Amino acid sequence: MFDANDLAVLPVARWIQAGVEWLSYNFRPVFIAIKWPIENGLALTDAALQSVPFPITVLLFSAVAWKLAGRSTALFTAVSLVVIAALGVWSEAMTTLALIATAIVVCAVIGIPVGIWSARNDRVWNVVRPILDIMQTTPTFVYLIPVVMLFGVGTVPGEVAVIVTAVPPLIRFTNIGIRQVDKEIVEAGHAFGADSRQLLWEIQLPLAVPTILGGLNQTVLTAMVMSVVIAMIGAEGLGLVVMQGLGRLDVGHAAIGGIAIVLLAMILDRVTQGMASRSGRPNRAAVKAGFWARLFFPHKLEEIKT
Amino acid sequence: MSERLKIDNLYKIYGGSPEPAISRLRNGATKDRVLAETGLVVGLNNVSLSIESGSIYMIMGLSGSGKSTLARCVNRLNEPSAGKILLDGRDLVALDEQALREVRRTRVSMVFQHFALLPNRTVRENVEFGLKLRRIAPAVRRRKAEEILAVVGLAAWGERMPHELSGGMRQRVGLARALATDADVLIMDEAFSALDPLIRAEMQDELLRLQRTLQKTILFITHDFQEALKLGTRIAIMADGEVVREGEPQDIVLDPQSDYVAEFTRDVDRSRVFDVRSAMSAAAAADLIGGHRVVLCANGGFAIDGDGRVKGHIARARIDDLRAGADIAPLMASSFSAISADAKLLDVSRVFTAGQPVAVLDGDDCIIGTVSPEAVLRQLSSSPAAPKSKEKVHV
Ligand SMILES: Nc1ncnc2c1ncn2[C@@H]1O[C@H](COP(=O)(O)OP(=O)(O)OP(=O)(O)O)[C@@H](O)[C@H]1O
Ligand SMILES: [Mg+2]
Repeated sequence: MFDANDLAVLPVARWIQAGVEWLSYNFRPVFIAIKWPIENGLALTDAALQSVPFPITVLLFSAVAWKLAGRSTALFTAVSLVVIAALGVWSEAMTTLALIATAIVVCAVIGIPVGIWSARNDRVWNVVRPILDIMQTTPTFVYLIPVVMLFGVGTVPGEVAVIVTAVPPLIRFTNIGIRQVDKEIVEAGHAFGADSRQLLWEIQLPLAVPTILGGLNQTVLTAMVMSVVIAMIGAEGLGLVVMQGLGRLDVGHAAIGGIAIVLLAMILDRVTQGMASRSGRPNRAAVKAGFWARLFFPHKLEEIKT
Repeated sequence: MSERLKIDNLYKIYGGSPEPAISRLRNGATKDRVLAETGLVVGLNNVSLSIESGSIYMIMGLSGSGKSTLARCVNRLNEPSAGKILLDGRDLVALDEQALREVRRTRVSMVFQHFALLPNRTVRENVEFGLKLRRIAPAVRRRKAEEILAVVGLAAWGERMPHELSGGMRQRVGLARALATDADVLIMDEAFSALDPLIRAEMQDELLRLQRTLQKTILFITHDFQEALKLGTRIAIMADGEVVREGEPQDIVLDPQSDYVAEFTRDVDRSRVFDVRSAMSAAAAADLIGGHRVVLCANGGFAIDGDGRVKGHIARARIDDLRAGADIAPLMASSFSAISADAKLLDVSRVFTAGQPVAVLDGDDCIIGTVSPEAVLRQLSSSPAAPKSKEKVHV
């Protein structure tokens, strides 16, 4: 009888093991260099979130939610944050939030330029796409092994895993967003003598904003999920609450972590979705393209509603 | 008028290296044969045109005949495969990217079939678009945009978004955007085709009105022969990437030269196409009768002054009186009409009054001929000079 295991002669596992070991041995400085900004960014965000008094944080977040996604989301945000605090996992929730916030900044810094590059150069996209396919079909916790080998254990290596997992959707959506810009409009750009940079900044990016924000929503949710999973390699935050609960067979404790995670995820989802759908409307607010304008110039938004 | 744009033996081949297709075309192969033998699609096949400055040059043809390809070659949205495009003598095909951008920013602009406005910008910002690309100061381009918006009748709409406007208004914005750059060559690829008929006619009138003052050189693509006749100073008709007929609208209607072209001209309202000149009997040289200069015609004669201007009409029966030395003033009693030689037949049919002669005048109001209702009718019903297959002769 043939058994599938008889065929198990390919020592792929050993090859990968050897490859990763070789990388971590020879490229140590590279990984340290990667780690450094993440570590500091994370420390800063975490410190900030932890030090602001709870009521102020609730107010601030609700205000931001209001501006980005409207009143009902603001209300939901306030209530959810209070519930999280009441569950007694405020500090852990803030750590998770710091993980996500930092990851999003890094993802935006990497993902949007790579997405733009992919959209404007088919050869780049032909290289990037299969990589994204592999990244997105690999189960998330499979990332953890190489991450541990290359970066060690703890919160910062965990954050690396979060970023790696969360960046693909943003690259994809940025790429699609730019490619989907109406061909005739891009042509109008050419016809009126736009150079490559003007084409990007005057036409492609502004018109791709709604799609890119859709990608941001995906990235935020992926980061949320991953920020929990990385508790397995010793990262702090809400994931750790769940892990501890499970480890101690303390279902209640684990459930508290779970509830807080769900609430946080819903806040982030609603806020980013609100941003994306609002920017989709062709109105005068979208003119000034989105996020920061809406954060700082809310009156422009009110103008449109009337 | 001088030549602004000259297209010289232009070829455009889609789908790969063009040489095999071009050499076959030069040896007389058709578009279909080139496709069968090489798999390459012929976009343009040896197109040569000369476009006068200040004219509206119409490119006509069935779908797929290469109209858009030709228009888009002019600003090199399509890269020509061979040949030259001379703008004031300078070959656009040879320009590098930098110089091409400069030409697109300042010399050649474009109006798109589906408007291609930026949905996230106000109407005014859309009009400013070309100027912004040229990095012109905001205040300057704003002033310019407002000025142009007033010209196209949208002064009050500058701060609206494009989606708040109707189709016709949006295309006015498209036109304003093209005019704002002060480019002297305008490419309009089916610019009015997406509009419904009434708005379309209105836009055509608007373009003609603007053109009277702006005197742009316009390359206008259409598949509508009526539109070509209404707007065109000259018309080029394309088939399979070639120009099969080129000329003034009236000449093309009068003599299509091929069945393909005759298909377009068949249902044309000739009274709007032909001018009076085409039905006029040219005046003979003035005779000196009884010491007066008289241009004789079928039903009498027109007395003219030294400059050739008509003083009055003398009925045929009274010509002899004049010859006999009668005073001219009472003889010129019979009434007559006069019309410019450039008026259309439709206009002359309005001035005919029973039995009255009609004098045809040139630009200086000098008589150059006469026109009769019979001649007009003959012109309206005349079948084209080119031989046509029997079933098509039902004009
Ligand atoms: N990008 C392209 N790639 C390949 N072939 C093309 C391309 N653009 C046009 N063609 C071909 O070139 C020929 C001329 O097309 P073109 O678009 O110039 O026609 P057109 O006269 O503008 O037609 P329409 O009235 O439908 O707009 C057609 O046979 C078309 O299939
Ligand atoms: Mg076309």
